[in-house]
Amino acid sequence: MQFIKPDINIDFLGKKVIAFGLSGAMILISIASLVFHGGPKYGIDFAGGTIIQVKFAGPASISGVKEGMRTLSIEGTTVQSFGEKADYEYLIRIDKAVTASEGFSEDIKKALTTSTGSQAEIRRVEMVGPQVGKDLREKALFAIFFSLLFIAIYISGRFEFKWILSGVMAGVLIGAVYLLTLFTVSIPILIVFAMAVTLALFWVLNLKYALGAIVALIHDVTITVGVFSLFDKEFSLPIIAAILTIIGYSLNDTIIVFDRIRENLKKHHKKPLELVINRSVNETLSRTILTSLTTLIAVLALLLFGGGIIHDFAFAMIVGIIVGTYSSVYVASPFLLTFQARPKKR
Amino acid sequence: MATLGVMAIAVVYLIPSFNPNWWPKKRINLGLDLQGGMHLVLEVDAQKAVESTMERILQELRELLWKEGIRQVAAERVGGDKISIRIEDPKRVADFEKVLDKEFKELRILEKSTQGDVLVVQMDLPDKEKENIQKLAVGQALETIRNRIDQFGVSEPDIRRQGERRILIQLPGIKETQRAKDLIGKTALLEFKLLDETHAVEDALKGSMVPGAEILYQTQTDPKTQRTLKTPYLVKKRSLLTGAYLTEARVEIDSQYNEPHVSLSFDKKGARIFERITEENVKKRLAIVLDQNVYSAPVIQEKISGGQARITGNFTLEEARDLAIILRAGALPAPVEIIEERTVGPSLGTDSIRKGLLSGVIGGILVVLFMAVYYKVSGVIANLALIVNIFLIAAGLAGFQATLTLPGIAGIILTIGMAVDANVLIFERIREELRLGKTARASMESGFDRASLTILDSNVTTLIAALVLFQFGTGPVKGFAVTLSLGICSSMFTALILTRTIFDYLLINRKMKRMSI
Repeated sequence: MQFIKPDINIDFLGKKVIAFGLSGAMILISIASLVFHGGPKYGIDFAGGTIIQVKFAGPASISGVKEGMRTLSIEGTTVQSFGEKADYEYLIRIDKAVTASEGFSEDIKKALTTSTGSQAEIRRVEMVGPQVGKDLREKALFAIFFSLLFIAIYISGRFEFKWILSGVMAGVLIGAVYLLTLFTVSIPILIVFAMAVTLALFWVLNLKYALGAIVALIHDVTITVGVFSLFDKEFSLPIIAAILTIIGYSLNDTIIVFDRIRENLKKHHKKPLELVINRSVNETLSRTILTSLTTLIAVLALLLFGGGIIHDFAFAMIVGIIVGTYSSVYVASPFLLTFQARPKKR
Repeated sequence: MATLGVMAIAVVYLIPSFNPNWWPKKRINLGLDLQGGMHLVLEVDAQKAVESTMERILQELRELLWKEGIRQVAAERVGGDKISIRIEDPKRVADFEKVLDKEFKELRILEKSTQGDVLVVQMDLPDKEKENIQKLAVGQALETIRNRIDQFGVSEPDIRRQGERRILIQLPGIKETQRAKDLIGKTALLEFKLLDETHAVEDALKGSMVPGAEILYQTQTDPKTQRTLKTPYLVKKRSLLTGAYLTEARVEIDSQYNEPHVSLSFDKKGARIFERITEENVKKRLAIVLDQNVYSAPVIQEKISGGQARITGNFTLEEARDLAIILRAGALPAPVEIIEERTVGPSLGTDSIRKGLLSGVIGGILVVLFMAVYYKVSGVIANLALIVNIFLIAAGLAGFQATLTLPGIAGIILTIGMAVDANVLIFERIREELRLGKTARASMESGFDRASLTILDSNVTTLIAALVLFQFGTGPVKGFAVTLSLGICSSMFTALILTRTIFDYLLINRKMKRMSI
């Protein structure tokens, strides 16, 4: 069985203007959405606060739950239904970290049982203090930063066989970041700065494959974060895990294509670069799509049957896989060509 | 051979998860989000430990100056951890300094100033000493909390230090979460203090400050109306005796009223202090104060020797038992605050396991079906590798004593999707080689050879992300990083070595001429 004919020849590079336009638009929308929402929407892991997952034995309404919370005079609560409708399960979110008080969960149970008329069961309580939230936020950003850094080093070394150069580059980058931490700038700025330095270094050092891969990566992560922001979903620790996995995974397809490009460059070094790249993308198209497809199948099962707690994680993975597949065909490879086309120094 | 070896080891490590009595007796641990339980992070307010040390030094200093006959002094604690002393008699300054040099070498003099005849000295502890006290306080808090939890009776609690000031507590399977939290979080500083009976409580409540005394409350619940009553007491600040001298705290039931109370026994020194207090203060009222709450304030009828006391109050048996536990385990050297809590009820944990398994099975079946249909016999071989892969991950979890969490299950499901990636890469390459007209065996060999490097590469990047995640992640997310890393490693093994072995066997040993791919 075959989905994609072996002699397929789609002119991917010919549509690179459209692709770049589309990618640019998606990135702009992502950034616009982030700006409009005032940055990413943090879950309690990062913002601090309390969530309580309650399950009722019988029918209970959101307004009933809200009424119950009001009797406890707790400010700043939001209630949303959770999981399947028939489960009568709700997620109560409180802005403040409040569970420390004595008898808290018992009080909530009683208040909700009286206000809704159904026996309430508290299934999950998560409370994160503001300091912990701040710590986790920093940890998450550092995790993203370090994985990008290590991957950048790996691909520049691996693609260009310039391990020493990439080692030097890593040294420069770490030095630059260290210098910046001395000025105690906030970590998001630090990461943006580090990425800019990485891109600039790749550009100056003429590490074209690494540059293409990193550009595709930034593209994927930005759009995934943007889609999350558009759907008004919250960032929590598992979502960061999903984003890191996407960083690692979306490179897979890019590496497959790049490997083929290098292989074909050796074989057909007389042909124009554009042709070689386009041919490589076409040759690997089948596996690019198939590998993403199998992973997508598994994650889709997770999204549909994995339950509420893991739902957003699966959603992030799906977005990331789709965007990552798209970017390895339409962003990374055309970018390689664009970069190659620029006049050589020296 | 290597293949069989790896699989044999995997089987050995996996068996105990089903029958725990088998060697090597390592089962897969379930995380708190799957088996239910409570995760707490406490922050020790270690600065308070420094302050109470300073308070102790201040008391000693006052007593010593009094003994030396240096009377015209005012000594007080300022800014939490500093001591300020005013010597109003210039003739005694030399004596004062002698005392200071002899008995309080550890104090650091911050400032010395003279205002006319009055000498004002400000002192504190050197930073290193402060740090030491804080470190000790956290360590001591950890031990105390461990003691309390042990006595409360939780199976396999995990209590450890996190960072400098924090304590991480994991209590798997615990149901009485509120009780556990109250037990852990109480400072449990037991103090015996005299009531100030020379001033009226009412006046103090209206705002007229009484030096050296403070208002503390006794909280009682009326058994009939369920209403809480707060009774104010004017209590002298100085604590005469603390729980530090306790050797035993037991729940006893009053034979007369059939009410539980906690009986205390002091050690020799404590008993002597208690005897002296009661002797000197007959007919006065002595308040028993726990964490700034008055439990009772009985009138001392006579000198009490033998070092026995009791705390009464309207306790339920459970409350009395918990109180005895925390008194036995001792006070925390500094107050703690719960700064993170994650509690999962057992029913939700079971639900999560069920849903995780369900989605894994569905995802797995779909992937297996897809591979079998798309690649026929080769797909079936890949599926075999996939199943072995899942076994390897499970064995790895058991062998490394890693914890399986809900995101961890997600990691396994993700691996199911990604594990066949490697086979897809190889098969697509083999198909290409076949189209070039090569024989089945040659195509297989060059397919494996050429795809190997690519597979290695693409997995390394995901592995990097997983390892970073492992380093930075906490709890459930760490579980994800673990299963993902295990999955990547084992899928490389199954795709590159296991399936290769099977193909080699079919094409070389069985001399098959055609490939079903």
